[in-house]
Amino acid sequence: MRYALLHILFALAFAPLLAGVINRVKAFFGGRRGPSLLQLYYDLFKLLRKGAVYSRTTSWVFRAGPCIALAAVLLALVLTPLGTTPALLAFPGDLLLVVYALGLMRFVTVLAALDTGSAFEGMGASREVQFSALAEVALLVGLLAVAARVEAFSLSVLARQAWSGGMAWPSDAILLLVAAALLVVLLAENARLPFDDPNTHLELTMIHEVMILDHGGVDLAMIEYASALKLWVMGAILVSLALPLPTAQPMLNLVAGLGAIMVLALLIGVIESVMARLRLVRVPQLLVTAGILSFLAVMVAMR
Amino acid sequence: MTLLLICLALLLAGAAACALPLRSGVIGPYAATGAAVLASVAGFTTLITGAMQTVTLPVHLPFDTLRLGLDPLSALFVLLIGVIGALAAVYGRGYLAGQDRRKTALSWCWYNLLVAAMLLVVLARTGFIFLVAWEVMSLASFFLVVHDHEKSGVLRAGWIYLIATHLGTAFLLVMFLLLGRDGSLDFAHLAAAGVSASLVFALALVGFGTKAGFVPLHVWLPEAHPVAPSHVSALMSGVMIKIGLYGLLRVLTFLGPPPAGWGWTLVSIGAVTGLTGVLFALAQHDLKRLLAYSSVENVGIIALALGMGLLGIAAGDPVVSTLGICAALLHVVNHALFKSLLFFGAGAVIHATGTDRMDRLGGLLRLMPRTGTAFLVGAAAISALPPLNGFISEFLVYAAAFKAVSAGTHPWSGLVAVAGLALIGGLAAACFAKAFGIVFLGAPRSAAAVQAHEASLSMNGVMVLLAVLCVMTGLGGLWMVRWVAPAASQLLPPDMTTDALQTLFDMLGRIGYAALALIACAAGLYGLRTALLRRREVRQDETWGCGYVAPTARMQYSASSFVQPIGVMFAALLRTRHYLHAPHGLFPTGARLHTDTPDVFVQSLFAPALRVLVRLAAAFRDLQQGRTHQCILYIVATLLLLLIWHLG
Repeated sequence: MRYALLHILFALAFAPLLAGVINRVKAFFGGRRGPSLLQLYYDLFKLLRKGAVYSRTTSWVFRAGPCIALAAVLLALVLTPLGTTPALLAFPGDLLLVVYALGLMRFVTVLAALDTGSAFEGMGASREVQFSALAEVALLVGLLAVAARVEAFSLSVLARQAWSGGMAWPSDAILLLVAAALLVVLLAENARLPFDDPNTHLELTMIHEVMILDHGGVDLAMIEYASALKLWVMGAILVSLALPLPTAQPMLNLVAGLGAIMVLALLIGVIESVMARLRLVRVPQLLVTAGILSFLAVMVAMR
Repeated sequence: MTLLLICLALLLAGAAACALPLRSGVIGPYAATGAAVLASVAGFTTLITGAMQTVTLPVHLPFDTLRLGLDPLSALFVLLIGVIGALAAVYGRGYLAGQDRRKTALSWCWYNLLVAAMLLVVLARTGFIFLVAWEVMSLASFFLVVHDHEKSGVLRAGWIYLIATHLGTAFLLVMFLLLGRDGSLDFAHLAAAGVSASLVFALALVGFGTKAGFVPLHVWLPEAHPVAPSHVSALMSGVMIKIGLYGLLRVLTFLGPPPAGWGWTLVSIGAVTGLTGVLFALAQHDLKRLLAYSSVENVGIIALALGMGLLGIAAGDPVVSTLGICAALLHVVNHALFKSLLFFGAGAVIHATGTDRMDRLGGLLRLMPRTGTAFLVGAAAISALPPLNGFISEFLVYAAAFKAVSAGTHPWSGLVAVAGLALIGGLAAACFAKAFGIVFLGAPRSAAAVQAHEASLSMNGVMVLLAVLCVMTGLGGLWMVRWVAPAASQLLPPDMTTDALQTLFDMLGRIGYAALALIACAAGLYGLRTALLRRREVRQDETWGCGYVAPTARMQYSASSFVQPIGVMFAALLRTRHYLHAPHGLFPTGARLHTDTPDVFVQSLFAPALRVLVRLAAAFRDLQQGRTHQCILYIVATLLLLLIWHLG
């Protein structure tokens, strides 16, 4: 309980740091010094002090969207374990609530985008719903594989027991397949390369960034913070399932989990530095591949 | 039970009053509302107490007595018929206001008959009365569908519905003949075993599946629902197609323990129906047609859940079976709530703008705030998003599937269910983001949309009430399951329910708290945002067009462009037709693109089959040439043959 609270505090405090780490790694690969690690914090504070400009086309849906999105991702965070540190609220079936809370976040973001009546944002919304429908299959089937292996239905139990048997066939095969699938889903859902380019701001190639073109001030701060937390939540799920963190000391486990998330951010930075963005028609293929990996994992688990 | 007999009498009196060529037609909606409210009270009390009652009316019918009964399974559907029937009547009074009085009165006559027939179907305890009520239900809904028969296409849709529903009934007749081999069609004596049980199940799947909308028997649904008046669409989509599922459930209670193959069949049908329904819903440009296809999708989800439940029973797994059956029943209730809400919303849009073509609409949320908000709640609920009720029932289906895989009882069907539901869920969210986003958000795309007005108070009240019910049933999933559990236990083996229900209650209790926390947290953040912006400058301006300063409403993403990428991905199934008038020459004048997604099962299954049928029928045309003496010859020949058969 204490450590679960601590995990949430760490997540709330350090989630924006992930973006800083990723950008630093990319700058390193590009031979630049890059922005400060704390850049997203500065941005958030700047945005929180600003007023607001709303399009005349928009309605209350546009104004409420960021609040609901942030609330949804906070709910997901409360249900997410980190390694062997259980979630604050854990019960059989919580993994579905996490997935659908993230779905709610996406739904309101898409609606807010459509509310502006802009063709750009409509385009982003259209792509977002297409890709997320495929990503959700990979994510849920992947979790099903681990759940079938562990015979549990709660993320916290999955995370605690995924590695309890040590590294042995077929557990390691399942977890490797699921980890690969979840990494693809994480990159797709968090608007990272090779699915989406977080650097370009006005290109027709974008998905997530273009949906929030019209948001500003407090609303944008909420969206950016919610996105950072979403990366943390999905990273924590990936880390919990993929990394063996078996020590008897809860505090050590928590710190190890935090370290693992930071390493994940490094990894994302490396991926973004060495890969180009995929053509949009290729994106569904990669997502379906992730889905197939998840299916394979279930089949191994069913043996 | 007495209450329900009063309801039936009231409905029949209302229907008679409307059929008379007097001004008494005005009482039609009141009779329907009053009777439906009484029915829902009766249904609810039976669900709470779990009492079983039957009455035998002193009426002599051919084959059987007139026996009616009320048990939790019937009561659940009585409750649905009552609630949605009453709300649709209130809404319909506003919706039909101002139309020709004679026509309206007739419509209310059929409406009363439809509600009475649906009640009678779920109360019937003998096959004969069941089939008669079933037929009245089909005919009454046919006449309701063709209410606007002078408009083009309405009669054609009506005929398609009439033919489809009668083909389904034909299968039901054979099914009851098989079930009642010892001469009685009383439900207490109906039974079948072995091969004949499987045959009965197959006949029930086709017969009831036609009404419920299992693919490929769904083809009448997207034709009939859009042309009907919206309160009728709501009642048909929300309740009447569920009567088909009731029939299936009732027949399952006659057949004894199901073999795994039935569960498999239902899981496959459910996955195919759900996926086909949601994909065709996505591809539609007319709001009511989209909603009709989405009903097909939801029937698929219910079939999937029911299939998981049957597999659980076959494997003797109490958790999977309880979760599956409860999920199916709960989704029946939830879908009735949000689908009728969405049809009411679509009706209000049609009432306000005269069209339900999405590409003519847009920005309606600011002109119709109450309708729009209620529609948004319905859209989020049908996309299975927490904290609303759609999430609860889909959660239970997932839970059943996860359990089936991890317990190893039926891992493959569990995998199909999880993957199918995940894809259906994602696509449904896309579909309803489109439905709400294109119609209610953005800028108006036509003059009609600019001049839209909010619906009348009674219509709005109904929608808001349903939206509140969606939220409350989402938060109180625990109580909902408590109420459907007695109905579910009628389908489960007697030793299966209690422990499994307890795990279910634990999960749903936590979800209720989480959903409440989500709402509170969102409200808190909205308050924080308001507080932060209080003393700051908040301006209004144009949408940022990336530097382009003269955007028009026509530049927005449209209903077809929003789903174009998904359409390309599933092109093999959807076969969307593109009619492109491309720009030509150095000074192009205009360009046009029109897309249209007709039902692939009509195009490549039913239309060719019917052409073959017509060709075969043409071969017999010589037999009937309209000459009187030829007809007399046939009659004499038949009589002679019968005489010989009788003597020999």
